[in-house]
Amino acid sequence: MVSFIGRSMVQKTVTLFFVSIVSFLIIHLAPGEPSQVDPLNPKFTPEMVERFRKEFHLDKPLYVQYIYFYRDLFTGKIVSWKDNQSVLIKIWERFLNSLPLFIVGTILTWTLSFPVGIRSAIFRGGLYDRSATFLSYLLISIPGFFFAYILIILVVTTLHVPVIGMETFGLGASSWGNMLMDRIWHLLIPSVLGATGGIAVLSRYVRSQMLEVEGQDYVRTARAKGLPPDQVHYKHALRNALLPFVTMFGLILPGLIGGSVIIESIFSWPGMGRMAYEAILARDYPIILTVNFISAVLVLAGTFISDILYLVVDPRIRL
Amino acid sequence: MTHNQYTLESPSAPRRTRLRELWQLFRENKLAILGLIIFVLFFMTAVSGVILTSGQRPVFDPAMVRLQEKLLPPLTRPHLESLHPTEVPTLGIYLFGTDDLGRDVFARMLQGAWVSLTVGFVAVGISVLVGIFMGGIAGYFGQEYICLDHILIAFILSAGGTLLSIGSIGSGSACLGVGLLCIVYRLFSKILGEKLQSPGLLHKKAISIDTIIMRAVDIMLCFPSFFLILTVVALVPASMYNIMIVIGLTSWMGTTRFVRAEFLSLREQDFVTAAKALGVGNFRIIFRHMMPNAVAPVLVSATIGIATAILTEAGLSFLGFGVPPPHATWGNILSDGKRFIFDAPWLTFIPGIGILIVVLCFNLFGEGLRDAMNPKLRERG
Repeated sequence: MVSFIGRSMVQKTVTLFFVSIVSFLIIHLAPGEPSQVDPLNPKFTPEMVERFRKEFHLDKPLYVQYIYFYRDLFTGKIVSWKDNQSVLIKIWERFLNSLPLFIVGTILTWTLSFPVGIRSAIFRGGLYDRSATFLSYLLISIPGFFFAYILIILVVTTLHVPVIGMETFGLGASSWGNMLMDRIWHLLIPSVLGATGGIAVLSRYVRSQMLEVEGQDYVRTARAKGLPPDQVHYKHALRNALLPFVTMFGLILPGLIGGSVIIESIFSWPGMGRMAYEAILARDYPIILTVNFISAVLVLAGTFISDILYLVVDPRIRL
Repeated sequence: MTHNQYTLESPSAPRRTRLRELWQLFRENKLAILGLIIFVLFFMTAVSGVILTSGQRPVFDPAMVRLQEKLLPPLTRPHLESLHPTEVPTLGIYLFGTDDLGRDVFARMLQGAWVSLTVGFVAVGISVLVGIFMGGIAGYFGQEYICLDHILIAFILSAGGTLLSIGSIGSGSACLGVGLLCIVYRLFSKILGEKLQSPGLLHKKAISIDTIIMRAVDIMLCFPSFFLILTVVALVPASMYNIMIVIGLTSWMGTTRFVRAEFLSLREQDFVTAAKALGVGNFRIIFRHMMPNAVAPVLVSATIGIATAILTEAGLSFLGFGVPPPHATWGNILSDGKRFIFDAPWLTFIPGIGILIVVLCFNLFGEGLRDAMNPKLRERG
């Protein structure tokens, strides 16, 4: 166990090192320079560009820039090229904005997909199962931005509540209850959108796991003993079908930093995804690289956690 | 009776080929058949779309601006008195309405269908090719080791390439020359057998090919894919081909893993040993004997990959990246129409439903294929 942890730590550190190199190279070798983003701006005189390049070490060779960048990142001194603010603080603020979306979305995904998937598996081939299957294909296939507009039209025309942004502008003087409802309305639609794909995929997965377990001998034995069907389904089958999902807790970790670029820009939600999008447009390399680095760390940590969880819950796996 | 005896006594091939068997199973799945039909329709629409909307005088002109006819709902007739005869839409009616510049949405949808189709197929084609190549090498040659001298040569060559691209031609070409000399030397020593042996340290086994490729897969999987695609597409010049290449090069990891897993089990099987014993070359074994047996899961994941690629392209167009403006894509029709969402909802719904149907048909088709190839179901048939 300890040797497994040690080995995978070393391996993941090496992977992370290569990720940092690859992402750095992708960004810096691409055509165009951040100093040329706005050539028509009269304030961008050649002297300004020169000063800009010097200030951010753009005149140095690539490997020197690489070392400077990661030194700044690890000492926390890294600043955005656009407004000279600390990148880590900026990311933290945006992260706090994205967090409610992520939490509500995850809760929706995990609470809705299990009942749907289990019911589909129990009534396999029935009307419920077939319509749930078709619905989940539909949800996987619908483009997020199109679905967003359908929901906006529905909510705005039937319920007459504003949904764009994090809160309604100029609502400061109203009562506490109104403010709360306002916040909830603004939060609900983006999180539902963020959860749809997850619900569709996860409920299919729950269904196939349940079907697999229901075909096992011990379930047949339980049925043959004359146990009530509910007990067979929910005690004997479900408990064993849940095993792979424990490991998926680790895999939702990367979603923390992702934030959906498209959904956040439709709803003008000042979260991580939108910040990354704006940084890409402005060629703000420090922000792009830092977001990339943190998300790589989260992916690696997620797989690590899921490996460990598998070790803990599945007694058949011994290292 | 005689027929029965015949089948019992003579060893014969199965009466139905595998493909036939697959089709029989596939036919039972109504949703998958629906997917296939929609796919064929979409394919024909896209091909006829590119023929009808391109050229000097296209039948349907997607770029024809008629400002006096803007934002007309679907199925309205044009106001003939205010239009020049050449400006009248070919069908005599705006089938899908017009947008904020009075352009015919039907013509624009036709033009955009081709973009969706080619982006889906070319991007997945690239990713499948890269995936099969990497997976095949990892699965078949995986146990071979890369020695230190290989790494050294690769390092010298890449250093030479970098130096050349930076601009120092002298040292760059020197490095390239040294690297090429090393390769020639290695080839000679291989041909001449063990006579020309370089020092022992250089022949130390450093790392297996399998490890390298699988670690490369791990590294690629660390990137958030849509964010990576967005970054690269924003940095390189906007064109359809760049999008295809970028989507293709960021989605080969799944195929690599599939193919590697299949190859690892296939290479232990008797027919591969037999082929080797007959002296068949490595690449013939890989492509002629092993690949046809490994291609089934790749096909399924490729079909679903096309759906994902179409969605990604639509998302990029929606954000304003991708195919440059005068050319219509389903994503940018929707993105242009979103400002008029309450006044002209057809500008949102027509491209949105178009994307939905096409992506849905690929997903249904892929899942149907997966079910039909499932060996548990096949034994029944």
